[in-house]
Amino acid sequence: MNQELLSSLAIFVLAVLVGFEVISKVPATLHTPLMSGANSIHGIVLVGAILIAAEADNPVSYGLAFVAVVFGAANVVGGYVVTDRMLQMFKRRPAAAKPATEGGGGSDAARPG
Amino acid sequence: MPMQWIETFVFLAWLAGAAAFVLGLHRMNSPATARGGNRLSAAGMAVAVLATLVHVGTRPEGLGTTPVAIIGIGFLIGGGLGLLMARTVKMTAMPQLVSLFNAVGGGAAALVAIDDYIRVLGTPEETVSTAIFVVLGVAIGCVTFTGSLVASAKLQGLIPGRPIVLPGGRGLTIALAVLALLGTVALVLGAGGAIQLAPAVKLFVLGAIIAAGLLFGVTMVLPIGGADMPVVISLLNSFTGTAAAMAGFVINNPVLIIAGALVGAAGGILTKLMADAMNRSLVNIVAGGLGGGEGTVGGGPEGPGGAVREIGPDDVAIQLAYASSVIVVPGYGLAVAQAQHAVRELAELLEARGVDVKYAIHPVAGRMPGHMNVLLAEANVPYPLLKEMDDINPEFERADVVLVVGANDVTNPAARSNPSSPIYGMPILDVDKAKSIVVIKRSMGRGYAGIDNELYTNPKTGMLFADAKDGLASLVAAVKAV
Repeated sequence: MNQELLSSLAIFVLAVLVGFEVISKVPATLHTPLMSGANSIHGIVLVGAILIAAEADNPVSYGLAFVAVVFGAANVVGGYVVTDRMLQMFKRRPAAAKPATEGGGGSDAARPG
Repeated sequence: MPMQWIETFVFLAWLAGAAAFVLGLHRMNSPATARGGNRLSAAGMAVAVLATLVHVGTRPEGLGTTPVAIIGIGFLIGGGLGLLMARTVKMTAMPQLVSLFNAVGGGAAALVAIDDYIRVLGTPEETVSTAIFVVLGVAIGCVTFTGSLVASAKLQGLIPGRPIVLPGGRGLTIALAVLALLGTVALVLGAGGAIQLAPAVKLFVLGAIIAAGLLFGVTMVLPIGGADMPVVISLLNSFTGTAAAMAGFVINNPVLIIAGALVGAAGGILTKLMADAMNRSLVNIVAGGLGGGEGTVGGGPEGPGGAVREIGPDDVAIQLAYASSVIVVPGYGLAVAQAQHAVRELAELLEARGVDVKYAIHPVAGRMPGHMNVLLAEANVPYPLLKEMDDINPEFERADVVLVVGANDVTNPAARSNPSSPIYGMPILDVDKAKSIVVIKRSMGRGYAGIDNELYTNPKTGMLFADAKDGLASLVAAVKAV
């Protein structure tokens, strides 16, 4: 086992643990946007696609790298934009201030941070 | 040494990107910070991609024109398509789009691993660890590619949402897994020098693993019912993260490893949260069970009444207009009929008459957890009126009228009372405790779980047979006339 692989494994394990912790207490409301947000993050394979495209020197590699870049770019750009569209729906509207029983507390707590 | 500085800068930029993913994902835990979190994550992605461009642009070997064209044109095509679809998709169709993006992400991870394997084949770089990570990346990436495509097609209605059981499908799935496993063993032993395989044979074996993975994705998702699709998409999302991390090991890139592992783990937690909300275990879901309908439960009238009472819009309007408290239970039927604006209009009319209107949102209402909140928010329904299941359940017995719009399984009392029901134990909205219940539904058809709902034969329940949008529109007109 070489040193590089061992440190990569350490990074991997720590990142997995961070992933477990980072979203443990989420309201169900945000599950779908969160899934979509996580979906955009694995679009990071675009970086891998660019790296193999740079190494490519034969038609097979050209083809594989091209499709990988197209796929990765669609994942990244589409993923972030659609997540943003979902989250845009949650922004507070002035019209939301209605004489509901618990409206007062709600709108105070809902001030965007 | 400027070259080293650039390499250091690139590495630090990758690290900054990875940190932005973690912080951004964390900020998505709360509605107030979620949008900023997603933007932070996007900024991290931009930094990571730009640093990668600097990295490949300054490599000592130089960069040929073909790779430049591949990266530039590929990005424009892929990014353009992604942007177009993300901006034009209807909010109701958003789950299948997320699944589609997940598919291409998994496909990209598999392609990166395949390409790298072809490059290192026969060189000293072809080590046991490389072979392991390549095979994992390729297998997981291929499964998630076709699996997500099938899930997306099911949600879009291109493939029937009901479970599709192929004859011998279970055996085929197992055979494919065994085939992929044998291929993995062969490639790993081959890389370690324990057995001698010609490069052509190794490529053939890799091809077999790819084919097995692609087919496995199809045979895994086809037999799963549409009701479980959100959980499956979340699971495949987690797979894609893992595949990206494996690809990161293959090409030795830290940001891929961190981001991939992050998504793999976070997606796993999210999958568990969703499965818990439906009282389903992952094993059950993947084994493909619920949703067959026919013959799973005795179709006999177990409800107290047996007969269904039909009710007209005018009667419902009078009930609603003179109630003091109304709870709306929106479901998928509301989403497909695009009736979120109609329901808001009705609620505002009632509020103007002094009726207290709230919305009861089941965790899996719609097709994805949180899907219904997004749809209603799009229709300008005030966020504080949306109540989660645990908060609203004690209020049903005080409600004068509960209006169920296109929701079915999440209101089925059998989940509480009938241990032989496939949905027994699933947390439901206690709609049947209200003084009066009105169900807007197109027909007596079954819900996604494929079972009868005894709520409909409850003497307190009136059925208004209509499409969600038409039904609500007729109620709006009738309430105005009251």
